[in-house]
Amino acid sequence: MNKMEKALHELSEMDALAAQDSPIHRLSPLSKLIATVVYIVVTVSFNKYQLSGLAVMVLIPVFLFQVSGIPVRTCFYKLRIVLPLVMAVGLFNPLFDRAPMFYVGSVAVSGGVVSMLSLMLKGVFCLMMSFLLIATTPIDSLCAALRRLHVPSMLVTLLLLTYRYVGVMTEELAIMTDAYHLRAPGQKGIHISAWGSFLGQVLLRSMDRAQELYSSMLLRGYEGEFRYAKTSPFGAVDAAYALGISALCLLLRYVNLAETLGRLLVR
Amino acid sequence: MHMADALLAPAVAATMYAASGVTAGISVHKLRKDDEPQKLPTMAVAAALVFAGQMINYTIPGTGSSGHMCGGMLLSALLGPQAGFLSMIVILAIQCLFFADGGLLALGANVWNMAFYGCFVGYYLIWRPIMRSGLFGSGKGAQRARIILASILGCVITLQLGALSVVLETSLSGITELPFGAFVALMQPIHLAIGLIEGLITSAVLVFVFESRPELLRDVNARPGEAKRSLKATIAILAVVALVVGGGLSLLASSNPDGLEWALFGNAEAGYAENMALDEDDFGVQSDAADKAAAIQEHTSLLPDYAFTNSDSAAGTTVSGIVGAAMVAAVALLICLAGGFFRKKHSK
Repeated sequence: MNKMEKALHELSEMDALAAQDSPIHRLSPLSKLIATVVYIVVTVSFNKYQLSGLAVMVLIPVFLFQVSGIPVRTCFYKLRIVLPLVMAVGLFNPLFDRAPMFYVGSVAVSGGVVSMLSLMLKGVFCLMMSFLLIATTPIDSLCAALRRLHVPSMLVTLLLLTYRYVGVMTEELAIMTDAYHLRAPGQKGIHISAWGSFLGQVLLRSMDRAQELYSSMLLRGYEGEFRYAKTSPFGAVDAAYALGISALCLLLRYVNLAETLGRLLVR
Repeated sequence: MHMADALLAPAVAATMYAASGVTAGISVHKLRKDDEPQKLPTMAVAAALVFAGQMINYTIPGTGSSGHMCGGMLLSALLGPQAGFLSMIVILAIQCLFFADGGLLALGANVWNMAFYGCFVGYYLIWRPIMRSGLFGSGKGAQRARIILASILGCVITLQLGALSVVLETSLSGITELPFGAFVALMQPIHLAIGLIEGLITSAVLVFVFESRPELLRDVNARPGEAKRSLKATIAILAVVALVVGGGLSLLASSNPDGLEWALFGNAEAGYAENMALDEDDFGVQSDAADKAAAIQEHTSLLPDYAFTNSDSAAGTTVSGIVGAAMVAAVALLICLAGGFFRKKHSK
């Protein structure tokens, strides 16, 4: 399987997850979008040394994952792409911030180590929550929610159309890459003599395809705006979800639950 | 260059969202005014193609590694800067949502770093002036040379600007302890090499399009009257290049010799001036210097640490914090196990 087929596979996996049914799937996409953004903002706003307070934030996505019926495992499979980037910057923190913050037994833990860990946790938590949003919301509903937030219809329609064509173009390029490699065995990538023509050929064909696409859209009554057959109304449950998650996030931001819990055990 | 959520403070992320949002709004407005509805499918197909095309590996001759093409320059040369910008936004949004490539909160910053420079700076300051200038004379060969020059310059400069923005945004967020200068010295040279390769690949694609369907490219068949501006345009290009290269080099030069010094004098996130202003006599009394740096930083930093003052009040709190965190982890695990248990029952 080459890179593009892998990408296609991941896209179809996400679509399959979003097509499932659960209390979270049934919520209005707008409510999920609000809850996700609030969660991410609150998580990121934690002080870099507030490791214990930050750790509690994991409970919200873990609980929601269980309600939605999507295994947390699936999400962590995705983490392997992003984590190296976050760590690359965080890794330098222990080198520069060496003042000991506290002692675990006789081992001093420096501020740099704490801030590195909190940076990594923040990255993981934010990713879990955004993954939950996209794994429980089909792209059409998400676009309908964006329209409701008054994002220009041009941008939303472009997102929908592009998403649809990403599958088509990726499949086409995947076949081309395979065909190329079968004719050029033992070669890692595209040879310099084909740099321009490889993508250029598809590009030219695609431009003609876009014209045909536009004609067919016009024939189906396109007037500059997509219409959504299924609209999901923003009900009391959706409002309660968005408000509840936001309130919980703020509560955990200001009350250090980990320390309160710990005090029950340690005197 | 995709930034994750954890690399940005909310205030910085919001600012970048606002900047990218305003640019997107202006672009939508401009495209609506030009009234080119048939452009929408073209934008979508081109965006999808760039998305997929960025996954192609191009072998770099003489080395074992491979490169990718540069989306922003390609799209703005084909569709124009506004349409290219919107297409890039959509590509980045799909990468962020479906491939976790860049965070949701960081999307505004990512759009700015990768789409704004590539499309607007790349088009208005590099592509259009070069294509309209009389550089290399006239004729097909000269056009080809101009396309190659514009693509390479465009990719190199816009990537440098993007990399610099990543450093600035992360430093302003106070996320990394890595000194600003060292961070710049790490990012810029890497992206210089990437930019050169991306530029070469992009120019190969654009030259191919030029050979077969020149009408698809912007500003390629410039009228002879516009060639008069060539000198002015050339000077403008040279000035931009000099500014960027000079700026990058000076930062590089100044950061390398005293990078270690910075590390010793404590926190670098408060920036250049604070660190340099520290009394070097205090070198021996390191804790003193660090205290001072912290004090200065509390007054000057853009995003003061609110919880800093009471977070290290007593050693006891940290112990209970660790125990509490362990309990949280146990609870999280329990939720997972319970969820799995109920699901299994449900499926039976």
